[in-house]
Amino acid sequence: MQADPRAVLTGVHFLNGDQACCEGALAAGARFAAGYPITPSTEIVERFSKRIPLVGGVFIQMEDELAASIAIQGAAWAGKKVFTVTSGPGFSLMMEHIGFAAMTETPCVFVNVQRGGPSTGLPTLPAQGDMMQARFGSHGDYPCIALSPDSPQECFRLMIRAMNLAEEFRTPVFLMMDEVVGHMTERVEIPAAESIEVTPRRLTEKAPEDYLPYETETSKIGGSLTPEMAIAGEGYKFHVTGLTHDERGYPSMTPETQHKLIHRLFAKIDTAKDRIIELEEDHTEEAEVVVISYGITMRVAERAIQMARTEGIATGKLRLITVWPLAEERIRELAGRVKAFVVPELNMGQVVLEVERVTGGRTRVIRVPHAGGTVHKPEQILEAIRRGAMTVQGAGA
Amino acid sequence: MSASLNPAAPAAFPICENPAEQFLRSDRMPSIWCPGCGIGTTVNCFARALIKTGIDPKKVVIVSGIGCTGRVAGYMHLDSFHTTHGRAIPFATGLKLANPGLTVVVYSGDGDLASIGGNHLIHAARRNIDLKVVCVNNLTYSMTGGQAAATTPRDAITATSPYGAYEPPLNLPHLVAAAGASYVSRWTTYHVVQTMKAMERMLTRRGFSFLEVISPCPTLFQRRNRLGDGLDTMKSYKELGATRHNANLADLDMTMGGEIVIGNFVERDRPDYLEAMQAHLRAQLQEQYVDPYEHAEAESALELGELSCG
Ligand SMILES: Cc1ncc(C[n+]2csc(CCOP(=O)(O)OP(=O)(O)O)c2C)c(N)n1
Ligand code: SF4
Ligand SMILES: [Mg+2]
Repeated sequence: MQADPRAVLTGVHFLNGDQACCEGALAAGARFAAGYPITPSTEIVERFSKRIPLVGGVFIQMEDELAASIAIQGAAWAGKKVFTVTSGPGFSLMMEHIGFAAMTETPCVFVNVQRGGPSTGLPTLPAQGDMMQARFGSHGDYPCIALSPDSPQECFRLMIRAMNLAEEFRTPVFLMMDEVVGHMTERVEIPAAESIEVTPRRLTEKAPEDYLPYETETSKIGGSLTPEMAIAGEGYKFHVTGLTHDERGYPSMTPETQHKLIHRLFAKIDTAKDRIIELEEDHTEEAEVVVISYGITMRVAERAIQMARTEGIATGKLRLITVWPLAEERIRELAGRVKAFVVPELNMGQVVLEVERVTGGRTRVIRVPHAGGTVHKPEQILEAIRRGAMTVQGAGA
Repeated sequence: MSASLNPAAPAAFPICENPAEQFLRSDRMPSIWCPGCGIGTTVNCFARALIKTGIDPKKVVIVSGIGCTGRVAGYMHLDSFHTTHGRAIPFATGLKLANPGLTVVVYSGDGDLASIGGNHLIHAARRNIDLKVVCVNNLTYSMTGGQAAATTPRDAITATSPYGAYEPPLNLPHLVAAAGASYVSRWTTYHVVQTMKAMERMLTRRGFSFLEVISPCPTLFQRRNRLGDGLDTMKSYKELGATRHNANLADLDMTMGGEIVIGNFVERDRPDYLEAMQAHLRAQLQEQYVDPYEHAEAESALELGELSCG
């Protein structure tokens, strides 16, 4: 399905990441958003509140993030494509409803323009400190899809992708921006609507009497593990609950139902991870050191990589455009070949924990932590690359 | 509707269905509710109110939070949502704004709506968003074992006020009316006809409507406070219930053993959220405004010179 041209601002613009994210949402078909103001994410819904009455949709500013994060889900069940935006403190308040979306399989997108934390932290300054919160923040076990853009252009593109993935897998999807990407202004090219692919809702075509809200093709080889959705008001009389539920959507609080449901929720993402995972690689094949990072930090690392190369260190780049699920297989492959991974992040070490786990000691993993508030200095990353290059291979980490 | 009890005609003994049954998920019965619990009584009233209004059940959506009352959504044969604790109202707000053609009912407990969800209650009333909110007030958090709630009257014994409650309780009709609700009622589970009529009224009018139903929790609240069983409570509701439609809303505090002021206190017209939104945006944007609820060809959104340069 193609984007609706009435909502697509085709052309070349000068936009910041927040504005570009809003345009991505509109292009992807978002027609309902709810939010609560918080720096540095507010510009996304400020723009949406201006644009949406001209496109045909609704924005509501709710009384808090608890409300915003569940209002979007009500709207999703009435048929709208939806998203909300926030930053650290608001993201913390949204956690219960991220779990609700995962459990009830409600398509929705959470944009987090990350700022320094914990607590009120650094409202106007960048960090990447919520990456593990995105992955594990709500209680219980659920899978996660999180994307990380490194430019306004990518905010536009990845917001569309996030909305599309949310529809395809009926799951909450995170667009994990940061303050720098959100506030930097760059050239953004918005293509013609007909070249923007938009994923339609997985609506059921079954008659109400044949429809089971959480039935999937589990037993069919290659069948979809994502159930078809019905929307309210069409006579399906379905039930949706955050309790553990069976295929009818009815509460069924037994270990067996829990096992079946939670395993399917994981499997629906796991079996599609090759399609979900998007990476950008440069010179990874012949590298002795590979820098693994994401978002704004990879743009800073870019400079360090150039400097290392002029020093004669074969340095590769692996950018995690999809951070979760992690590109485990690719990292494992490279781990067998390179001397070291260098993992700079604007946090005290989050995604790197996963890189270390996946690497399993086969390659040295060098952390380049940063408490946030600004970006790394390229020299900090260069220093780590140099250390990596001096690793005696086979000596372990 | 009443069954013929003529013993002379046993073969043709008609089986009379409870009219409420068509709105219940019979495949989920029996319910979890205890004998003598008031929640089922209110559900019966609600089903009858639905029938009375003749409203298309396809278009009625019910949203609950968490609690014994929060289980109502799961037993109704309607599109039904059992959401999170306290958040039924904002979920319902999203449903209504996405599709105003839906009649959106919120059905939940006092703890859910007035305590953890209290902020949403205030703001939904302020917005006058067209939701029909039924609050079953059993004066306690029942599902978790009968702890003190924001609605627990002074001196009541609960699991967390073993020496009696000393916090002042919330007066819900007063709160909701002050916040801007356009319809406010309070009845008890003894007053089934009035409860049903209030529900009927809410279902057919527009704007934020709130009904508080004072209801027994014989298992926890009644027992701990030696108030007898469900039947004893009905007797006390009959005795203590004082119908005063024009009551001063500030005087509606619940007390142990005191008068329960009941009635249809507020009914007023003021533009609801959707009317206000549409009228205002249309006035401001004129023909540029694209009504989200009109499926007609939308205006071109491409001529946004001012916006396109960011
Ligand atoms: C966030 C959260 N906190 C606490 C709970 C535990 N909890 C479940 S129901 C409930 C109280 C419900 O009280 P009320 O809304 O009055 O409903 P009742 O059971 O009395 O009908 C609580 C505290 C929860 N489910 N979620
Ligand atoms: S515990 Fe109380 S409120 Fe809950 S079902 Fe039993 S009687 Fe009703
Ligand atoms: Mg209660």
